[in-house]
Amino acid sequence: MAANSSPSNGAKGMTVIVKTISSWVKMLIFLFGIYIIITGHLTPGGGFAGGVIIAGSYVLLMLAFGREFVEENLPLRWASRFDCIGALLFALVAVLGLILGGSFFVNWLFRQQILPSKALELVSAGTIPLSNIFIGIKVGASLFLIILVLSMFRPAHLRGEKE
Amino acid sequence: MELFIFYALMAFVLIAAFIAVETRNLLSAVICVGAIGFGGSLIFLFLKAPDIAMTQIVVEVLGLVILIRATISRDLTFISGDREFFGMVVSVVILFAIFMAGIGIFRQLPDFGTAVYTRTPEAASQTYVSRGLEETGASNIVTSVILDFRAYDTLGEATVLFASIIGATAILRKKAKKLPEDLDE
Repeated sequence: MAANSSPSNGAKGMTVIVKTISSWVKMLIFLFGIYIIITGHLTPGGGFAGGVIIAGSYVLLMLAFGREFVEENLPLRWASRFDCIGALLFALVAVLGLILGGSFFVNWLFRQQILPSKALELVSAGTIPLSNIFIGIKVGASLFLIILVLSMFRPAHLRGEKE
Repeated sequence: MELFIFYALMAFVLIAAFIAVETRNLLSAVICVGAIGFGGSLIFLFLKAPDIAMTQIVVEVLGLVILIRATISRDLTFISGDREFFGMVVSVVILFAIFMAGIGIFRQLPDFGTAVYTRTPEAASQTYVSRGLEETGASNIVTSVILDFRAYDTLGEATVLFASIIGATAILRKKAKKLPEDLDE
């Protein structure tokens, strides 16, 4: 499972075949994650599953191209910021329910008919799609963060070999 | 036919679990754990729970990648040594007691494949199923439960995930924080 570097490319990561395929597939996986998130209130899925799929697209890139490539696109600092922003916005939706709707986590957008809300449409169900999006950002960023941190970590008996 | 597939899946999961416990090679143990997860997601699909099946399969993929990539390649891949006899006896006795209690408990449950809430007419889940669409506007009943009726659960889950990520990043970070005497440079 060690990263077998291809001699022709010279770079880190797996072979050219894996790199080419994953550079085609990465956007499809990412878009599928977004689709799962924003239609979470209509079809099976939701914020958690979509967030994990988005994290999976980054993990695919990390396996194919090496950790440094992914770190350039989404540094650890930004991933942890996305994590915090998602959690804060999800809590903000709940607190807005307390302010505007009378109780914590009440579906204030749906109860007060602020947006047109017909069943089975994309913009419906009030705060549920909003919460799905924020949970998706949060879960995607945090699962990406955990695999980034785990792959950075070197145990003590291996620390002397690299760097 | 459906029941046959179901029993085959359950046997598959059980065999994978036995291999995962008994094998000495850590990599094959991890792969067997992955097989358990995929079999479990198929079982959820047969039980008409696509939300759970989807979440299970994506988490399983990510968990396998993390286990193989970040853990196995950095550590010993073989387990040596034998099991303790006393510990094995104790665990077998405890498992037998749980099994006997489980037989009594599973008799109380409704028939396999039927929804639990159909037994009690005043159950809260009856309300969720019948009034979920008009009270929340979401046509996916599962989402209307986890983000509207039971949103506190989701908040708790998000908090648990957040806290565990903070712990992991704090423990495994590359650069240590500066000591107090280094701060003024």
